[in-house]
Amino acid sequence: MTTPPQAEPAATPPAGADKGREKSPRKSFGTILRESFLEGNTFTVTVLALVTATVLGGILCAFTNSTVLHAPTAGATISRAWDVASGTYVALFEGSVFNPHTIAALFQQASLSTAVHDGYLAAVFQPLSETAVQATPLILTGLAVALPYRAGLFNIGGQGQFIGGAIMAAWLGYDVHLPIVVHVVVCVIGGFVGGAVVGWFTGEIKARTGAHEVIVTIMLNYVMQYFLAYLLSSQSLLQASGSPNPITPPIASNAHLPLLFGSNLRINVGFLIALACAFGVWWLLNRTTTGFEFRSVGANASAARVAGMNVERSWVLVFLIGGGLAGLAGSAVIQGTDFTLNPQSYGTYGIDAITVALLGLGRPGGVVAAGLLFGALHAGSPGMQTVTSTPVQIVQVLQALIVLFVAAPPLIRAIFRLRAARAGGVGSTMSKGWNA
Amino acid sequence: MTSSSAPAAPARLPVLLAPEPSGTSRLRRFAAPITYTVLGLVDILVFGLRAHGSATFAFSPQFAKISVPNLVLPAAATCYVLGGITLALAVLRLLSILGRLTLGPVARRVMLGVVLFAFVVSLIAWADAGQSIPFNVVNLLQGTLNVSIPIMLGALTGVICSTSGVINIAIEGQLLLGAFCAAIATSVTGSLWLGLVCGALAGSLVAVLLGLFAVSYLVDQVVLGVVLNTLVLGLTGYLYNAIMVPYGDTLNNPMTFTAWKFPGLGDIPIIGPVFFDSTIFLYLTYILLALVQIGLFRTRWGLRTRAIGEHPLAADTVGIRVIAMRYRNVIVAGLIAGIGGAYFTIGSVGSFGPNMSSGEGYIALAAMIFGRYTPFGAIAAALLFGFTTQLQSILSSINVPIQSNLLLLTPYVVTIIVVAGLVGRVRGPRAEGVPFIKS
Repeated sequence: MTTPPQAEPAATPPAGADKGREKSPRKSFGTILRESFLEGNTFTVTVLALVTATVLGGILCAFTNSTVLHAPTAGATISRAWDVASGTYVALFEGSVFNPHTIAALFQQASLSTAVHDGYLAAVFQPLSETAVQATPLILTGLAVALPYRAGLFNIGGQGQFIGGAIMAAWLGYDVHLPIVVHVVVCVIGGFVGGAVVGWFTGEIKARTGAHEVIVTIMLNYVMQYFLAYLLSSQSLLQASGSPNPITPPIASNAHLPLLFGSNLRINVGFLIALACAFGVWWLLNRTTTGFEFRSVGANASAARVAGMNVERSWVLVFLIGGGLAGLAGSAVIQGTDFTLNPQSYGTYGIDAITVALLGLGRPGGVVAAGLLFGALHAGSPGMQTVTSTPVQIVQVLQALIVLFVAAPPLIRAIFRLRAARAGGVGSTMSKGWNA
Repeated sequence: MTSSSAPAAPARLPVLLAPEPSGTSRLRRFAAPITYTVLGLVDILVFGLRAHGSATFAFSPQFAKISVPNLVLPAAATCYVLGGITLALAVLRLLSILGRLTLGPVARRVMLGVVLFAFVVSLIAWADAGQSIPFNVVNLLQGTLNVSIPIMLGALTGVICSTSGVINIAIEGQLLLGAFCAAIATSVTGSLWLGLVCGALAGSLVAVLLGLFAVSYLVDQVVLGVVLNTLVLGLTGYLYNAIMVPYGDTLNNPMTFTAWKFPGLGDIPIIGPVFFDSTIFLYLTYILLALVQIGLFRTRWGLRTRAIGEHPLAADTVGIRVIAMRYRNVIVAGLIAGIGGAYFTIGSVGSFGPNMSSGEGYIALAAMIFGRYTPFGAIAAALLFGFTTQLQSILSSINVPIQSNLLLLTPYVVTIIVVAGLVGRVRGPRAEGVPFIKS
């Protein structure tokens, strides 16, 4: 938490790292590649963590499946277990990336124009579109965790900030009437502001009183959760008139985020906003003075203070921006896919965000990649459940396992007997106390 | 990173402590009288003016051997009197801050207790005013204790872990896995006691993972706790759908512990039904509270545990095996949270449901900090959370026009206020969350 992930160890091992093993002065490219792999650098560890989690997840779903448990012989058990595990992952892939059946259907069409017109072409891209849709809030909330993480702060408050943004986006969406483009922009900005207020509150308390941000954000999650329930419980507040359920009225169609590729695919501008935010966070962190201060505060707050930086201001600002990003996730869900706000809207984004940010090693590019990966898992899981009857919660298990292994490189190195990397790498997620 | 020998904590250098703005400290100085005044005014203006008729308080459960007569009070007058007392205490508190009066710490605590009591009684008087159903105080207190059991046990776990220097955010996961395993074990074996043991072991299984990654692999403990919670949430949700739903009769059909009335003590009016007429879980909570309190502050184990949480290097120097002790404490503490989790299934509801603990582990964490890392404080804070939950459910059952969501929200706001130090600073063990690397 204190130390943001260091720069990856260079792909080539250092000159003195291979004492005794490789005596030859000149090494072939293959040797260098093999060594850098065996050294267990960040990339290797991440890949192996993914592999380990996938294998464990496969074993879990195979040996809880009733056909496997009722297999007559040991051989049948193993073959059925393989079928179930591979079937699960194939179904996940088909639901999230590409399904061969849709291609076959596309080529059976008489002409390209009918294929496009009848939605066969769209069907081919349907899984990818779903992945992008699912990844959008994950990337945004992931950034909301990753940015404070770089400043040495841990944001568990993604849920509360998401709710803050969603409330604003939904309220502006149905209660205000504006022309077409303006309305979308106003709602998106409203979402950012809604989340930013919740985030700012955390940062302000942390800066003023030194209260630990983890406990404050956890409490704020509950506060926002009950606050939303309160808003949705009265028709004079946000509840849709005439509805017995806790739900807001649908937002105006002017406030919907525009679809990118026609009405058959749900992918919308929210995905582009998420990518733009990732770029913005990268730019902020690496190209601006403020970002430099954030990283300095995260690396060593005392040194940053001695160097004349305002540590408290960084804390407040980083939580304000982070909260705003989580709020944007709320706006993306409300304006992009759900169009109403209800107590189910916030789902498990707050927790998922942490896994996304950790897998992404706290870097914007990594967060986008991790968000897409977990988005794919989310997108593929409903189809997987219908095809293989593996419950969707396997996705949560996979997510947690991946992050657990990514967070503990020594374990992965021990399992695969890799040599320890030089100091740094992902192993540097050393903890600090929370009395600071 | 791994080469650094001492568990250096640069974050705790004095320069890093946030400079205290004078506005905040002035607010902090007068926080108590201001709060008292606000509460007193609420008693009078909100509850008193809007209460019509009389409020009836009942003090006996149904079918009690010795029944206590109901207490009927004029609601508005009660609120006025209690509000007046609160305002008088606010004045006293103000005088003591200004130096005109000396109040010992005990007196101050008693005053705070009286103020809170007055507030709750006026709230209930207002809520029950004009209602035909009496407000049953015994039900409220009995329910509070029962609802709080998992939070109390989780908070005790947190106290032991924190005192040993390990942040345990995985309490939530320990509760959930404890609930899950207790339900399965009881359903399969038909033995409640075996279920209880399995629940406890499940809690310490999560603790083993916590110890492994936190103590041995030096993973950030806050991150780790959250990830472990996600893992347990996913795993139990998955297994629930994969095996518990199809084989519900054999795997998710446990019996539950029945209430057992303490002979003699259980028949005392009011106190008996509240404290001595419950399931084994409540009695276990008493025992564990006593054990942890005495253990931490009166035994060699406790002294060593506090030593490894405050200054592991010093403890190591005098020959305490810090890492082994942290492992042992975390795993033993896991047993307690596991028992708390078992309460969800074999102590109250019976069958397991996904995400059954619904965040109570996080509340236990807050209760631990709220209670200043002491066993009694943590239990008291846990009871406060349980009390609001129970009060809300009773008030909504007698159709009181109160926003239940806003009532449920209050303990979290109070926790933020406490953590922010407006009501005194909370200081945890110094080395909490800092892994020890033996050089």
